[in-house]
Amino acid sequence: MSVQKKGFTHVSEGPNPTTLVVGKSVTKVDGYALVTGAPMYTDDIAARDFPKRLHGKILTSPIASGAIVAIDTDAAEALPGVRLVLTWKNTPRTYYTTAGQGWPEPSPYDNQMFTERVRFVGDRVAAVFADTKEIAEQALKLIKVTFKEEPAVLNADDAMKPGAPLVHPENPKGAYDAVHNVAAHVDVNVGDVDKALAESDVSISETFETHYAQHTPMETHTAFAYTDDLGKLVIVSSTQVPWHSRRIVSRVLGIPMSKLRVMKPRIGGGFGTKQEILIDDLVAYGVIKTGLPCEIELTRREEFISSRTRHPMKIDMSIGSDSEGNFKALKMYVLSNTGAYGSHSLTVMSNTGSKTLPLYNKAMNVRFFGDAVYTNLPVPGAYRGYGATQGYAALETTIDDLAAKLNMDPIELRKKNMIRVGEGSPIFEALGEGRQGVAQTIKSSSLPTLLDLGAEAIGWKEKRGKRLRTGHKVRGVGMSMHMQGSGIPLIDMASASIKLNEDGTYFLTMGATDIGTGSDTILSQMAAEVLGVGADKISALSSDTDLTPFDVGAYASSTTFVSGGAVVKAAKAVRNQIFAVAAEILGEELSQDLVMAEPKVEWDNTQQDPILSFYRMEDGNVVSVRSGKKVSVSDVAYRAFYEVNQHQIAATQSFVSPYSPPPFAAHFVEIELDELTGKIRILKYVAAVDCGVSINPNLVRGQILGAVANGIGFALTEEYHFGSHGNMTNPSLFDYKILSRRDMPPTEVIVVDNYEPTGPLGAKSVAEIGINGAIPAIGNAIFDATGIRLHKSPYTPERVLSALRAKRV
Amino acid sequence: MITKIVINNVERAFEIEPDEVLLDVLRREGYLEVKGSCHTGDCGACTILLDGRPVASCLTLAAKADGHAVTTVRGIGDQAHPSVLQEAFVKNGAVQCGYCIPGAIASAKALLDENLNPTEEDIRLAMDSNYCRCTGYEQQVEAVLDAAEKLREAAKDEETKK
Repeated sequence: MSVQKKGFTHVSEGPNPTTLVVGKSVTKVDGYALVTGAPMYTDDIAARDFPKRLHGKILTSPIASGAIVAIDTDAAEALPGVRLVLTWKNTPRTYYTTAGQGWPEPSPYDNQMFTERVRFVGDRVAAVFADTKEIAEQALKLIKVTFKEEPAVLNADDAMKPGAPLVHPENPKGAYDAVHNVAAHVDVNVGDVDKALAESDVSISETFETHYAQHTPMETHTAFAYTDDLGKLVIVSSTQVPWHSRRIVSRVLGIPMSKLRVMKPRIGGGFGTKQEILIDDLVAYGVIKTGLPCEIELTRREEFISSRTRHPMKIDMSIGSDSEGNFKALKMYVLSNTGAYGSHSLTVMSNTGSKTLPLYNKAMNVRFFGDAVYTNLPVPGAYRGYGATQGYAALETTIDDLAAKLNMDPIELRKKNMIRVGEGSPIFEALGEGRQGVAQTIKSSSLPTLLDLGAEAIGWKEKRGKRLRTGHKVRGVGMSMHMQGSGIPLIDMASASIKLNEDGTYFLTMGATDIGTGSDTILSQMAAEVLGVGADKISALSSDTDLTPFDVGAYASSTTFVSGGAVVKAAKAVRNQIFAVAAEILGEELSQDLVMAEPKVEWDNTQQDPILSFYRMEDGNVVSVRSGKKVSVSDVAYRAFYEVNQHQIAATQSFVSPYSPPPFAAHFVEIELDELTGKIRILKYVAAVDCGVSINPNLVRGQILGAVANGIGFALTEEYHFGSHGNMTNPSLFDYKILSRRDMPPTEVIVVDNYEPTGPLGAKSVAEIGINGAIPAIGNAIFDATGIRLHKSPYTPERVLSALRAKRV
Repeated sequence: MITKIVINNVERAFEIEPDEVLLDVLRREGYLEVKGSCHTGDCGACTILLDGRPVASCLTLAAKADGHAVTTVRGIGDQAHPSVLQEAFVKNGAVQCGYCIPGAIASAKALLDENLNPTEEDIRLAMDSNYCRCTGYEQQVEAVLDAAEKLREAAKDEETKK
């Protein structure tokens, strides 16, 4: 396989299997519906099915820290059309976390539906449900709140200082040390890092600071709820985590899971922010109290101010090496700002180390430690890259400076120290997501090829260090290298069910949550590949807590790998059942042991599944390898349904893996820096990635391009600005600048396929890794062009210019 | 007040408030293919064609459409009969979450109606106001180039038939 067109190169390395459906750019199962605007998003369905629903609005705090001394809702309640006003006085007081994660939950229980305290500008104070949005908004203005304003922590650096105001004086369960504003703490040691640093020929220590930024999915958080005819409470939500939503809402509101159903329709993008339970509890409680369907759709302003962001971090990075560039020590300290609540505080911070440091496994002395601190600022949470993005900003720029110090080519320095096939890293075992990790060795990596192809595509040899100048504009090239994971090993579980229809088509139900990524499509492709049919023969239904089996949800780059594993297992089990009936029809022997064998995902590509020596699937038929006879799957289904030994051919399978094989990436960029204005123009961006077998190359390319665009925005323009009291001052897409079509630089995606033996049909993940490159690669290009090292993102013209001026003085 | 708008070639009459915007009226009347996002004219998700010109329906007063023609993405093509442009979006992998697509296709349609030979830069300019957070835009630009080529071929075939 080899594709080469403008902006896209797709090649294969090593022996890859011949496939019929997998590896093809099958069109998205929802493609035609989406391009014709079908009413499939949460608010569309609410508007269509419940035109008379109530609309909810949330009153948020105007101050960063304080107590609610009094709250008077009489006038609001008296307003005609207002049906319900919620405050801390009339809502459940359960402590919980809004983070939709596994169980036991790794984030502290520092949140309540409403509290007597406010902890950031944008925190929940009250909510109103009314007949129209306008009435609800008017009612918010009639709620009289008396605050007692208190000193606030508006800077992560101040959070742990003696005497700092406490963000959570109630000392929440699961917080590491709330008395010092520490939500989470981690400290992992391998070897003796300080000794190794001291004894290193060359060592370097730098601090890199990343900033507040946001996901900005085109669809804001939206949810509605209603009671179905049998009295069940149904929540339809733009969520990445339907099961976690059900679990959390069930616990907070005290509703048994048998009386609660969470459904996910099409989602208008998530990127992590919809891994949070921000409004599902409110619409559900609205229904309980009013008996009427209730909806909340956050405005863009509310999305910016009150929903979730990326954790800003200050990272101290030290590297020790011998004079040849062999790493001896890596030391990383993270100060993570987790804002007013500790959502994902421990796990994002853990990933800052665990998804970055193993990339350089030659260093035998490693320390990763950090504190995630509470502040009275907006609340970070899960965001594509999940801490690794921040970690790579520090690690990959520091390595670049080390290369300069060693007078080595940055690519050569990385090649010397990078992890390779057959190797592990002590960090894999020492550090997982908030708890101990799982040891693993790398089974597939095309990293060396990615570095070579990427360097060639950008023109590294010709351009590096040349500082080509046109007037006041100077050019430079930079690069960075990355890994991520594929789900959380031994934690993330997915399941899938497949049943056969009489005409030889299949119904696939799965918990996997397609949030726009195309997972319904690629998972259908995987099932189709195993079952020997086109993807159009698979009808997929995903993410409904009543109708589909469990899945942790769409996060941690887990869907292709973990959910895909469940789909492949279910498809193999169904295939084997079909073989058994086909054997009966053909009057041939087939061992029950083979039919009933536990279907496996982990597979050495050079071996064949034993049962395939007897039968194989081919274009809707079962072919006997021994006799050459053929029987159609439809005939198998009719016999099984209606004729002999009747039964439903179907299987449900679950998958949890001890592995989380990392995808790898190398990013390269050429920039032109205007020394008069400080503006950076990206001339070309190259993202080379190894995600195992690309199940759907078009969608793989789209994942990388989208992540790169988001990464470039994060590196150059996207930034929260704050007023003097912790208030975000640019909460609109006008003032918070994401990349537009004309801002997107020419971007070449290079995909190198290889076969990952632990992945479903050889696949690894691809969703997150592409966002990690822009900050370090662009920063390194600025260094190449000017010799200036920026230690703070984003690289705005102001910051570049002031660094240039400081250098000249 | 009563407003009469020709929507996707069908004349409709609605009771509207003078300060209502087109986005809200269209969605209330069941044109749910028009998606709202920022409601401040910044993102382009709600773009529709007003007399063939792309406008942000969240900023356009419904009253302004009185006596005019509105085309939504469903007027450009439906699932049974997708337009060449919509087909190209699907085939080129230009769709991820899809939320921005109705607006993006409206802008692209307006461009292709005027210019069947757009350059990449023409496309980026014509669709610059349509934000997309998923795709990084490249495959959408390719989709419009692809659609333009197919439409040119179709026009040529039409010409030969005559």
